[in-house]
Amino acid sequence: MAAVRDTHDVFDVLRVREDFPILARLVNGHPLAYLDNAASAQQPAAVIDAVAAYARSHHANVHRGVHTLSQEATALYEAAREKARRFVNAASTTEIIFLRGTTEAVNLVAQAHGRPLLKPGDEIVVSWLEHHSNIVPWQLLCEQTGAVLRVVPIDRRGVVDFDRYLAMLGPRTRIVALAHVSNALGTVLPIRAYLDAARERGITTLVDGAQAVPHLSVDVQALGCDFYAFSGHKMYAPTGIGVLYGRERVLEAMTPWQGGGDMILSVSFDGTTYNHLPHRFEAGTPNIGGAIGLGAAIDYLGAIGMGRIGHHEQQLLAYATARLGDIPDLAFVGTAPEKSSLVSFTIEGVHPHDLGTVLDSEGVAVRTGHHCAMPVMEYFGVPATTRASFGLYNTRAEIDALREALLHAIRMLR
Amino acid sequence: MDLADLYRDVIVDHNRRPRNFGRLAPASHSAEGNNPLCGDTLHVFLEMKDDIIHDIRFEGAGCAISTASASLMSEAVKGRSRAEVADLFGSVHRMLTRHDAEADPGLGKLAALSGVREFPMRVKCASLCWHTLNAALAGNGAPVSTE
Repeated sequence: MAAVRDTHDVFDVLRVREDFPILARLVNGHPLAYLDNAASAQQPAAVIDAVAAYARSHHANVHRGVHTLSQEATALYEAAREKARRFVNAASTTEIIFLRGTTEAVNLVAQAHGRPLLKPGDEIVVSWLEHHSNIVPWQLLCEQTGAVLRVVPIDRRGVVDFDRYLAMLGPRTRIVALAHVSNALGTVLPIRAYLDAARERGITTLVDGAQAVPHLSVDVQALGCDFYAFSGHKMYAPTGIGVLYGRERVLEAMTPWQGGGDMILSVSFDGTTYNHLPHRFEAGTPNIGGAIGLGAAIDYLGAIGMGRIGHHEQQLLAYATARLGDIPDLAFVGTAPEKSSLVSFTIEGVHPHDLGTVLDSEGVAVRTGHHCAMPVMEYFGVPATTRASFGLYNTRAEIDALREALLHAIRMLR
Repeated sequence: MDLADLYRDVIVDHNRRPRNFGRLAPASHSAEGNNPLCGDTLHVFLEMKDDIIHDIRFEGAGCAISTASASLMSEAVKGRSRAEVADLFGSVHRMLTRHDAEADPGLGKLAALSGVREFPMRVKCASLCWHTLNAALAGNGAPVSTE
């Protein structure tokens, strides 16, 4: 959970910004104010350089050749796995599976864990806040198995109803899958209590941590979840790489999801022996450069400290809430007491897509739309919102630029 | 990229005060369109008489480009035949997608939308109403989508 530490040390955001080459560019003649970090964050030079150094000097396939490059690539790839293990404090690297991202991780768990387990009438519980990637794989699984998807309601602040959740856990509940942090609203779930309740009942738990890991330190052993999934590109690493943490005992009981190279020990037409964990779930040549980039991003975040990052971002959130809150007819969507550093909002009489275009013309990048969370939009009765999401390199000046651009858009369009 | 070229006065005006906004009941033809990317929805209602659009209304929730485009379209097609509407749609489509398109004098006020082609992400906003109109004229009742 978001422990704020080390705040006595100065967090120098201007120095941090120098680590990110893209932040120096202009967009439509204005300095870029990149406020779309919840969609995808920018990469520091340390990540870009690590990926490039691998491609320039060490590339070969992993776990295969005896030649030098293959050994180097394998060492770098497995070193990244160890970094990911430490990042979420897993007990062993056998519990760290490299995948394309959170979406693939949820699909893997649904198909490799859920599909053999579920019987007609069994239940899967998610919250109303989920991203489509933590809804649709379960809907597919329900179609395949006859299981039923149950949805825990939220209130007008965007807070999940814990009592309704408890009431929903029953003898047929097999899987609980919850977002640690909501991508559309920023709500931080008090995830520990949710996981405790599920564990006491012997229910498998998956946490979608895509929006959590860039902002708070995560300890999967302390949380006690069975699965924890996250994506590299939300935490300053490249796209196409992510991690599924799975508790070893649960992973061992799972059948492979995809078949291919690297996930086998031996193959013959009489039968195939599957590889050990974690390779059993990494069929095919993996995204080696991406994993190395993710490892570099983990090092980068670790050097700054998640506590200091979280503290800086919470200050930005408070500033943005105050600065945008006095804009007439602006309504925040999602006002949970504990939020990650994003604001989602609507402005009466101005459509989010028009806002997005006007803001872009002034160099301000925000997300507009349904944020892949259409049930959340439906609950609040809006087709779309504008979302400004802050990362470790954002500044108060960028929030001022956002405010000015919003006022300009309102003058122009209303 | 010039924002003033996108949000011209005519566009802003038609967004603020959309013409022919509402429903026709009964309508001889109607269709629903939506743009899954942004969640825009649009209903178009027609009263056809002898192959001529005698009356038209639209309603829905959308951005300024989408609303203004539907409003301008409703004015432009009223009193026109199916064949004339098809020609007009062809002209609008060329204007929205082709940088080398010569200004077609037949477009009239619809030419105010020519700035949209500089904003590729917004072309669907402007074209949704036309696709929905075509669906209404085709009369098969299936919702159309920009995707």
